[in-house]
Amino acid sequence: MARFLVRRLFFAIFLVFAVSSAALFLTRLAPGDVTAQLGAFASAAEVERTRAQFDLDRGPVAQWALWMSRAARFDFGSSFLYNRPVGALIRGAAANTATLAVVALVGATLLGIPLGIITGSRRGTASALIRGVSLVFLSIPPLLTSLLLVFIASRTRWFPAGGMTSVNAVDLSWSAWLADVALHLPLPALALALPLAATFERLQAQSMTETINQPFVLAAVARGVPANDVIVWHAWRASLRPICAIYGLAIGALLSGSFVVEYVTAWPGLGRLMYEALRARDVYLVAGCAAMGALFLAIGSLIADMLLAAADPRVREAQAS
Amino acid sequence: MRKAGLTLLGLVIFLAIAAPVLAPNSPDKVFSDLLYAPPTDLHVGYIHPVRLVSRLERRFEEDEAVRVPMELFTRGRFLSVDDTQGPLLILGADAFGRDIFARLLYGARTSLALAVLSTIGALLIGAIVGGIAGYAGGLVDELLSRFSDFILVLPAIYVALALRAVMPLVLPASTVFAVLTGIFALMGWPIVARGVRAIIASEREREYAMAGVALGAGPARLLLLHLMPAARGYLVVQATLLLPAFILAEATLSYVGLGFPDSVPTWGTMLQEASNVALVGDAPWMLAPAAAIFLLVLAVNLTVQGVGRAPVQLEP
Repeated sequence: MARFLVRRLFFAIFLVFAVSSAALFLTRLAPGDVTAQLGAFASAAEVERTRAQFDLDRGPVAQWALWMSRAARFDFGSSFLYNRPVGALIRGAAANTATLAVVALVGATLLGIPLGIITGSRRGTASALIRGVSLVFLSIPPLLTSLLLVFIASRTRWFPAGGMTSVNAVDLSWSAWLADVALHLPLPALALALPLAATFERLQAQSMTETINQPFVLAAVARGVPANDVIVWHAWRASLRPICAIYGLAIGALLSGSFVVEYVTAWPGLGRLMYEALRARDVYLVAGCAAMGALFLAIGSLIADMLLAAADPRVREAQAS
Repeated sequence: MRKAGLTLLGLVIFLAIAAPVLAPNSPDKVFSDLLYAPPTDLHVGYIHPVRLVSRLERRFEEDEAVRVPMELFTRGRFLSVDDTQGPLLILGADAFGRDIFARLLYGARTSLALAVLSTIGALLIGAIVGGIAGYAGGLVDELLSRFSDFILVLPAIYVALALRAVMPLVLPASTVFAVLTGIFALMGWPIVARGVRAIIASEREREYAMAGVALGAGPARLLLLHLMPAARGYLVVQATLLLPAFILAEATLSYVGLGFPDSVPTWGTMLQEASNVALVGDAPWMLAPAAAIFLLVLAVNLTVQGVGRAPVQLEP
């Protein structure tokens, strides 16, 4: 297990390094730079000063080396767009994205897995109905769910139609602020969770059906184990492997989905920040966002691997060797 | 299930191909008095022309006294009315007073063409890389597999976003089409390559491959003519999964303003026009492209379910 963890750690470091470097070079080599944000009336001296401030007067490789050496000391440069250190900006945005993603993931799991157990082990009208609804939600990707939910919210006023806090949030006390966020969270979280829940339901149902047809389930029934116990404690446990495998992919999907959802519902997360940074050619902010996203990916795939190992002893042995 | 999916898919493709005949109006024609006009009520054989009552309140009224006959197969269109009498707007009009139904059909052409070309590109690259990796084995296999696995880990939409965002923001439509096709193909191939690699690697150990070698077939001939056909079914399934993913990717990029220019009708640019919540509340027919995307993805999901594979639709 220790060797496996060390290998994953090296992979994580490589991923963060490669992705942030690629983002830095891409932004740097793109036509135009951040001085375009100064406007048409900026003097040549001002443009020069700004370029020097963001190390744009150096060559791309020299700038990259400088950024790397600073990043090793946890100094990620500063953002032109926000005129603040990138590290602080990223921390805030990453926390918002993580909150959204975790709530959506937990919600999708709690909704999708039990429904999948039902549809995978039972026939009948209820099961067919769930299957149909699930197929519909599978076909409404986050871009459409978020648009639809914002549309519904703006019509019914059940939820705020966007943002993470109300306009007056800065004046609120800590607990009132938290309640305010909790009111804004359901819409983007639901937009992200619904398609994912449908995916979980379909996968769990398929895996459940395959497991139930195996001899050991029949054997358990023959020994007189009650039907519900067989389904949950015998069949479900054995059917978990493909579900755990999908969690590794779900992290990437959550990050991708959260970009769209954050954009549509104005949630101040990592995706929105990266989009703004890319458009403004804010080099260090782009690199910082990319590094943070890569870190999320690495952590996510590590958790998925550990889940897989917990669910299946065969995987555990393969990882140990 | 599978039949329903294939029928729906065929219908969408037919609507896209037949757009110039099926659309009652040109997609670029501006009806300046009918901004955000609601869908025209269809009666059997005729419509009442819609007149603007108040531009500020966006109120429209049907002129019940006048009956404009709907004609089949005249003016080179399937169903149309006399232009001087008032337009036939099956799905209403958008912010510029353009026919949403016509734009939806023409948009399907751009969106589908882009998705189909990207899919072909991704399948080609994936088949070549996967084929070489599976056939060669050893170090080549290791390097190619590691590389494709690395791209597979990345969330595709961010990479597409980054690649598109670093190009000049305003580009002509044809350039955007080429650029997006390239980006999507480059993002889509690793999943194809991974499967093809596994299939080729196991097929080349089979007797018929040995027989081919014994009869003097070179690597290229063996790979392309003998081994690759084994991956045919896999490639078809991947194509059906990639197609909606690319449609969505176009929609997402156009939605955030990094896709096609606003004047070009695609499902993405139309969706962007519907992004103003306050307006959409009054003109919900602007959400027609969302319905179109939903139907297409549903068609693919129904089809794939019939094939009996997990409908994994994780990347938006």
